Amino acid sequence: MGALVTIMPGFADDLVIFDSVNVRFGRQEVLRDVSFRIPRGETVVIIGESGCGKTVTLKLIVGLLRPTLGRVTFDGRVLTELGEQELARERLRIGFLFQGAALFDSLTVFDNVAFGMRAIGVPEDDVAGRVRQHLREVGLPETVEAKMPAELSGGMRKRVGLARALALNPELMLYDEPTTGLDPVMSDVINELIIRARRRSPMTSVVVTHDMHTVRRVADRVIMLYPLGRLRPTEPQIIFEGTPKQLSLCSDPRVKSFVEGDAKSQAEWMPELSLSGEPTGDSMSSLRELSQYRRPHERAAED
Amino acid sequence: MLAKGATVRAVVRLIEDWVVNALVGLGDWVLFSLSTLRWLVTRRPYPRTLTPVLVTVGQQSAGVVVVTGFFIGMVLAVHSYGQFKKFGFTTWSGSLINASVIRELGPVLAAIMLAGRVGSSMAAETGTMRVSEQIDALACLGANPIHYLVVPRLIACMCMIPMLTLMADLGGVFGAALICVEVYGVEAHDYWRHSRDFVQMFDLFTGLVKAFVFGSLIALISCHRGFRSRAGAEGVGRAATESFVLSFVAILVADFFLALVLNKLGDAWAQWGRW
Repeated sequence: MGALVTIMPGFADDLVIFDSVNVRFGRQEVLRDVSFRIPRGETVVIIGESGCGKTVTLKLIVGLLRPTLGRVTFDGRVLTELGEQELARERLRIGFLFQGAALFDSLTVFDNVAFGMRAIGVPEDDVAGRVRQHLREVGLPETVEAKMPAELSGGMRKRVGLARALALNPELMLYDEPTTGLDPVMSDVINELIIRARRRSPMTSVVVTHDMHTVRRVADRVIMLYPLGRLRPTEPQIIFEGTPKQLSLCSDPRVKSFVEGDAKSQAEWMPELSLSGEPTGDSMSSLRELSQYRRPHERAAED
Repeated sequence: MLAKGATVRAVVRLIEDWVVNALVGLGDWVLFSLSTLRWLVTRRPYPRTLTPVLVTVGQQSAGVVVVTGFFIGMVLAVHSYGQFKKFGFTTWSGSLINASVIRELGPVLAAIMLAGRVGSSMAAETGTMRVSEQIDALACLGANPIHYLVVPRLIACMCMIPMLTLMADLGGVFGAALICVEVYGVEAHDYWRHSRDFVQMFDLFTGLVKAFVFGSLIALISCHRGFRSRAGAEGVGRAATESFVLSFVAILVADFFLALVLNKLGDAWAQWGRW
């Protein structure tokens, strides 16, 4: 089986390669012809509005979702060509911090962090020491070990999730909205932990976020995805790819408005939205009009 | 005329969509079940995942199942006694009641009770894990979600539901005896003698086979609905409801086919004089 797996030649420095990836759920297209490479050791931040396919991109990298078309390559191996066992083995090389931390409700903090180690057969005598070490690394005291996830605050849950993901010493670390829902101080703590994790061991990281502070602190390179619903069929979905500095200088109004947190770019498809902050008459009628609104090229297509 | 044609087309399209969705759902469930069976026979479950499920399914459901069986027996006794009394065969009422309880009502009603109690809880639990990405986290940490979550639940239902059915049977037998012997004054010796003569070992075997199949269906349907749960509280709630409704229908359909097969088998065994 292993011999049949395609090994992508010539890109030894690229850990992850997206090659013309399309993803469709039923009638809804989420990613269209997305291609990019993530070299080893680089921290790539993927930004974009909600629903543009950022989390889907992360789940494709770890093989939790399969592309409808195109291929995703991890360390030279095409994920869709791997068998169940091989895919499970590859996944152990990847750490994933989920948006809500995804801690197992029925297990204590200790058992959550120990989970992956036990799954790969780390001797039980070594597990306790390693769990404590990883909890210390994310700034959590030993007293949290016996707590259940429901007893933890949002920031603590994220840190336990990070300790659990780092416990397997992954080569690639995926972060899905690591600072969403946290206060500014805790957000900065998480950003600092991402930087420290990378410093401690050579690691490639992919961070999905809306948070421009996180982008500026952790990114080597930034990729911005745009929702397909607001793109013409021929427009590429990746509307920006470059360094954080290039991002701040980018003149594309869609990128600019995202970086500056400004709704002006939305005005084109939200005709009744008042940018002065004042409500424009009956909100229900505005919503009705908005639901019936078509962008100019959509109107042209319908005509 | 045109409006009528459009309505017919809309109805046909609706039926077509429903049939296609039902077939896709059935196919997905079959693949899910085959994957579970493959993990069941190829790798032992972790004791730390199996034991809590065994306790939840078995111990925590025992009381409600016994009470259900007890009242089924009593209700059957009330109805049967009146009919047998017309012909003067009240001492034979136990034979009909006990055969019905052990062969049919014990397994079916215990399974329906457990589909509501255990199956819905399994669907809600796995559905919550799906929407909070815990199932994805399992896969990322080297554990196969089907092996880790579904196999222990399947084993628990396959082992514990037959045992719970036995308890429901006992509850039903004693409930019926209480009404017939203590309330209606049927002669106890004859009541039990006729029951013993009429109810065969094969009836007990039939009931346990049904319980085993119903238990497997409950676990596979409930976990499948949980794994395919949609996001949000509504999605999890819908998964729990669907798991009960589908389990209920599956139990009745399976009961019909099992009755056909097991009756034939029973006749064959009787001819060989084994039972």
